[in-house]
Formats: sequence, structure tokens, C-alpha cells
Amino acid sequence: MKKLGKYTYIFENAPVILSGAGSVGKTEGEGPLAYEFDFINENDGIGSATWEKAEASLVRQAVTLAIDKAGLHPSEIDVAFAGDLLNQCTASTFGFRELQIPLAGLFGACSTFALALFMAALFVDGGYASHALAEASSHFCSAEKQFRMPLEYGGQRSQTAQRTVTGAGACVIGSRGSGPRIVRGSVGRITDMDVSDPANMGAAMAPAAASTIGEYLLDTKTVPEDYDLILTGDLGSVGAALLRDVLKSDYDTDLGRVYDDCGLMIFDPKKQDVHAGGSGCGCSASVFSTRILRELTAGKLRRVLFAGTGALMSPLTSLQGESIPCICHAVELTGGERR
Amino acid sequence: MEKEIYREKVKRASPNSPLLKNCLWAFCVGGAICLLGEALFTLYSYLGADEKLAPTLVSVTLIVLTAALTGIGVFDRIAKHAGAGTMVPITGFANSVVSPAVEFVTEGRVTGTAVRMFTIAGPVIVYGCSAASLYGLIYYCFLRG
Repeated sequence: MKKLGKYTYIFENAPVILSGAGSVGKTEGEGPLAYEFDFINENDGIGSATWEKAEASLVRQAVTLAIDKAGLHPSEIDVAFAGDLLNQCTASTFGFRELQIPLAGLFGACSTFALALFMAALFVDGGYASHALAEASSHFCSAEKQFRMPLEYGGQRSQTAQRTVTGAGACVIGSRGSGPRIVRGSVGRITDMDVSDPANMGAAMAPAAASTIGEYLLDTKTVPEDYDLILTGDLGSVGAALLRDVLKSDYDTDLGRVYDDCGLMIFDPKKQDVHAGGSGCGCSASVFSTRILRELTAGKLRRVLFAGTGALMSPLTSLQGESIPCICHAVELTGGERR
Repeated sequence: MEKEIYREKVKRASPNSPLLKNCLWAFCVGGAICLLGEALFTLYSYLGADEKLAPTLVSVTLIVLTAALTGIGVFDRIAKHAGAGTMVPITGFANSVVSPAVEFVTEGRVTGTAVRMFTIAGPVIVYGCSAASLYGLIYYCFLRG
């Protein structure tokens, strides 16, 4: 079995990330990563009549550009794994409507992009696809509409709340070529530590991240210092601090200086009103597909553990008083050429 | 990690809302809205409205003003700072009706706007009317002189 330890899968053929593209909204385009993104839309409506259509446009922008950058035609993509936050994977379904690419919709909340990378790598590694696509998106306005209050409602947000990123990110994974490689991965377990506040998702997700990262390090017999970067998406400031805490007490592991979080990278919390940071599938998707991929390609980052975290509640279960079940999926990447 | 221990850690790691700042904002903005109400009352009285009509006109004016500010996307920006200052007066109620009405217009005037209009204000109306009925019943049975 191509498995290591309890939960880690080995991609023996080390699929290559051939290209990546990220498309974001206005607020993200005013953040510290502005110069990294491929598209910055001037307004969040993106010329669409509804927020759902706007998010589908983001999906199309990221997907078509990623395929273009890989020098491919959509018909050459054997399979795509895509997901978003909306009911029935609305943005992904409508974004892919005209593309005629075999599509498998995923739901993993904010962990969707890591899961999509894992699935795409698995298909390429197993020889089921020469080219696979991983994509995820979210939109501040469509997410608020589905999960929270109407946009124009005059309320105050909690200090622990994260802002859903308006953005989409896509990567093309191939069996041959040069570029960063996906060498291993891990599918997460549902972790629920009884946090039920939907305005504090970072705290709900941190134990899931700790479980996946902790077990991954045990399976692979590695320590944080072996990596150039351990990246979560998206715990925000509250969740990131709690992750360090839980990893230390449960796994006796200190993340030290190699740790960062996509939700903390995409916004400037001092200048932008985002409370605990960014969240949403589009956050880690757009950050990974641009900044992280570029640094991996350039060899600036040589070994990265990317762990996407998701809070899997629905507005219904929150109203029913349920706590928030969370999950974290991880993929390990190596920069530049295969070692 | 035990759930109990984690709950404590979450509590310590989660920053609280700035209570004093929020209270000051609420006091000032809420007070300003009431002051505006008084000024409108004086104006309508001066224009000849009697004591029953003037307060109604004041309420109507504040509701229309809130609806307009909500429609052009300004109200939520004020309320973000003002908090209870805009929520407690009649302005909060008006905003809670208009904001879903605007948001769900893309799902149709009937199935969107009309259906969703009272999603936030509905409970206030339901329990407000229930409490009024109960009070009326008690008054009718025991306090009617």
C-alpha cells in the first residue's frame, strides 16, 4: 500500500504543479499580497447580476488562466476537483458550466483547496489523469448571504470573526514537466472540541489542524524544522495561536518560526477591518496558487506542508445548537525539481 | 487535550469586544438619534401637528431615513461603530426589515424580497404581539377597574 504510518499517503510519482492562478476581489487587492494575484476585480459584483454569479466568474477567471499558463486547452484536462462554500457547490458548478471538463465537486469548507490538491495529485499519481485541476473559491457577499446577515444589516462583528475572502485559486497538476511536486498527503479526521460559536471558527478548527499536522509529523518522522514552511488555511489570529498551543501540549511539537497562516497573510489586520483575518475556500486557494506556488517554483521554498482547515457546520446545525465539526487535509510539496 | 481545558484556552485566546468604546459610541449615536427625534417633534408641532400626530410623523421620518440609508449602503457603516446606538431605536428595526428585502431581491420580488423581509424582524413581531396579548389578558382579568 502506498501509505506511510497511520494516515499519510505517498505519491510515488510525485505529480508536478504545472501552473497556478489566483483571482480576487477589491479588499484582497488592497492587502499585502496585491502584487501576487493574477486578477484583482475592481468591485465584488464582477459585472454579474447576483453574488453567486460573481463567484462563478471568479472560478472561471482562475481556472481558464491556470490552464492557459500551463499551455493547455481545457479539453486536455482529464478531471477537475473543485469546491466552494455555497449550497450544492453553486459557484463551482456554474463556473465550470461552459468548460466541458470532467468535474468532481468537493465540500470541505475552507479546507477544500487542500483536499482538491490531494485528489488531483492522487488521480495523476495513479495514472488516471495526465492533467488534473484543483480549484476552490469563496465570495464575501455570497457567504454572508448564506451563513450570516444581509450585507446592509447594521450589526457589529465579533473580534474573533474572520472575513470570508472574495477569491478563487486554481492549479494544474500534471504527470510530467518541471515545477513544484506533491509528494505526500493526508486526509483529515473530523475533530470536534465543542466550540459552537460560528463567529470563532479559528478556535473550532485549530484542534483539527493540530491533529492532522501532529499525526503527519509522526507518520513521516519529521519535525517542523525539516520544513521551510508549515502553512494552514485559514485559522486566523485566534486559531493560529491555539494551534501552536494544542500541538505543544498534545504532540510536544513547537512550530517555531516555520509556521504561517493564509488567513493572516492575505489581509493587513492593522489597516484592513478584518478582525481575526481571512477565511473561506478562496483564501488558501488564492494564496497558495500565487505567492506560495511562485516561491516553490523559484526554489525559495523547498519543502512545504500545506494544511487546509475547514469548519463543517451549516446555518441549520448552528441553529440546532450543535458544536462545529472541523477537518484538516494536508499535502506536502517540494520546490523546483524532484529531489 | 480535554474539552474542558480547551474551552478555557479558547476563552483566553479570544479577544473581547471593546466594551467601553462600544458603549461610548452607542451612547453618542443613540443620543444623537433621539435628539434628532426631538428636533423633528418640535418641527412637526411647530408646523401644526397635534400631540398624537407629531410622534407618528417622527417615527415615520426616522424609518424612511433609515430605509434610504440602508438602500444606499451607508447605514451598516454607521452601525458598525454605533452598535446598540442604531440598533435599539426604531432605526434598528427599520434596517432589519429593509436589509434582507434588498439582499434577496435577486430571488424575486415575491419569493425573495417578500418572503425574506421579516427573517430578522419577524421574531420581534411574533414575541412583541404575544407579550402584548398576554399583558392585555392580565389587564382584562385582574386590573380592569
